[in-house]
Amino acid sequence: MPVTRIDRRFAALRRENRGGLVVFVTAGDPDPRTSAEILRGLPAAGADFIELGMPFSDPMADGPAIQMSSQRALKGGATMKTTLELVADFRQRDGETPIILMGYYNPVYIFGVDAFLNEAKAAGVDGLIIVDLPPEEENEICLPSRMAGINFIYLTAPTTDEIRLPRVVEKASGFVYYVSITGITGTASARIEDVRKAVERLRRHTDLPIAVGFGIKTPEQAAGVVAVADAAVVGSALVGKVTENLDEDGKARPGLTNAVLGFTAELAKGVRDARLKGAA
Amino acid sequence: MEQLSTYRAGPDDSGRFGIYGGRFVAETLMPLILDVERTYKEARNDAAFAAEMDYYLSTYVGRPSPLFFAERLTRHLGGAKIYFKREDLNHTGAHKINNCIGQGLLARRMGKTRIIAETGAGQHGVATATVCALFDIPCVIYMGSKDIDRQAPNVFRMKMLGAEVKPVTAGSGTLKDSLNEALRDWVANVETTYYLIGTSAGPHPYPAMVRDFQCVIGDEVREQITGAEGRLPDTLVACIGGGSNAIGLFHPFLDEKNVRFVAVEAAGKGIETGRHAASLSAGSPGVLHGNRTYLLQDSDGQIEEAHSISAGLDYPGIGPEHSWLHDTGRVEYVSITDAEALEAFHLCTRLEGIIPALESAHAIAQVGKMAGALGAGNLLVMNLSGRGDKDLDTVARVSGVGP
Repeated sequence: MPVTRIDRRFAALRRENRGGLVVFVTAGDPDPRTSAEILRGLPAAGADFIELGMPFSDPMADGPAIQMSSQRALKGGATMKTTLELVADFRQRDGETPIILMGYYNPVYIFGVDAFLNEAKAAGVDGLIIVDLPPEEENEICLPSRMAGINFIYLTAPTTDEIRLPRVVEKASGFVYYVSITGITGTASARIEDVRKAVERLRRHTDLPIAVGFGIKTPEQAAGVVAVADAAVVGSALVGKVTENLDEDGKARPGLTNAVLGFTAELAKGVRDARLKGAA
Repeated sequence: MEQLSTYRAGPDDSGRFGIYGGRFVAETLMPLILDVERTYKEARNDAAFAAEMDYYLSTYVGRPSPLFFAERLTRHLGGAKIYFKREDLNHTGAHKINNCIGQGLLARRMGKTRIIAETGAGQHGVATATVCALFDIPCVIYMGSKDIDRQAPNVFRMKMLGAEVKPVTAGSGTLKDSLNEALRDWVANVETTYYLIGTSAGPHPYPAMVRDFQCVIGDEVREQITGAEGRLPDTLVACIGGGSNAIGLFHPFLDEKNVRFVAVEAAGKGIETGRHAASLSAGSPGVLHGNRTYLLQDSDGQIEEAHSISAGLDYPGIGPEHSWLHDTGRVEYVSITDAEALEAFHLCTRLEGIIPALESAHAIAQVGKMAGALGAGNLLVMNLSGRGDKDLDTVARVSGVGP
């Protein structure tokens, strides 16, 4: 498939000899205007990739932080259409930062797979992570998305054994996402030593870059991860900054966007300093 | 409608009934789902497993459950000859235990040391907690906070049996949210834990496996009705939430051309009010909880809340095999409102001295609607899937019956 923004960004990171920061925010959280503001600010704050959550009523693999962010976005009127509009708005100002849509299959299925891929491509989406589509269901959208020039990012987990791993990475493109714990988002954190071993195991099966997520909450943890992998994904902790900056009615307080972007900058610094320290 | 040569061949290797079913789960769970499938296939061909099943079903559950001629109801309705399959007489008071014995044995075979389950009315929770007590396996039950309030006796039972009951406040606090929480628990404890799903839904192999464990209902009916009447029934009726009691009754008869099947969804306050649980009558195909099936959802694919007086039917989805049977036209899917179910609850209690579960009362109400038109020659078997002790508070509240 053609080279995507994701491929180009990982190539650039390799040239700079540093790991990447992937940040997750939910589209439309806590309201459409603030969400657009956050998204626009993320690249300058140091996000190398943006994972944009497509809100869903029943996020089975997510912990309380992302469940609540999904609920807030839906309450604020988020739909698949507004999510794609948000991406298009971002793309008018930023032609380089890769955007990966992440979520569950039903809203995509109901939108219509072909219509979704067409509109996502037109809006400037580069990759897809659909949590509840394992390789067994690759005909649904993984294969069509390749045809559309959008990377379908597969998740691998500690439970993905040696027999299964080659099959999972075979169809992958863009990068491979390693879920570092057996659990839901925003809960336990993996030990770096375990992450290192897991990434080594993955590298025996794929040349694709490896991003590690789930349970990465601090700049220090993110730095530890990019010392052994190609990118660190931070989601719940960032979404937590949204939650912390809501008033009693659930509305955004004035400092919300800056709090999210400030934390992104701290994470980015951690990630950027990691290899320098390692090299010294 | 085109006739298929068999309606009993599904699912295929990918867990599909037509376009329905499948394995829509996170990668973390996928290896375990495959392991469940492998173990179940082995167990199904293992005579020792079958013997163990039979042992517990006959000496512990009390099978076969009787087939009872509901003579007064038959006379009252003045039409079809009505039999009740008495699943309410099983140990723990509903058909749920059939499946729990099977999956409990499977969990043991897989060496799992912890069992989790979701429950709506609490019947599946009680059955799971019971089997866990019997097999000495720690047990955690997820139950919506709203359901905990309306099914207090079953909560008490589960706790007495040693289960930990975890209230679920997320979303609408009902069965769908309990399923989400159970799935989240499973992902986090995948090494030790077996998820004992209570209905014929979820990722493959659960819909097929639960159906197989519940087919004991239909298999017994075939033998019992042949003994009593010398022939097969004309009409089979069952209520349907996820669909396990209905599929258990129907499946063994699906290829009998002259048998008619009627499954009864919960219409809640009425389909037209939007406050119901009738996924087939008023929903559309989507993907949730591991399978593609009919769901109650909005135009953006967000799942909507279901509504029913009966906690066991209060779910916005349905088993995938039912979705397929619906599309093929082999089974008729109808719906009954809260008010109609309540009326049938009282009718059955007064006429037959049987207090039915509110779930089963939906089936009784449907029998009431159709029996007259079917005529006296029609032989009808209805699955009385559970007893109503758990619903007495709800019924007393709505019907204004004092102590």
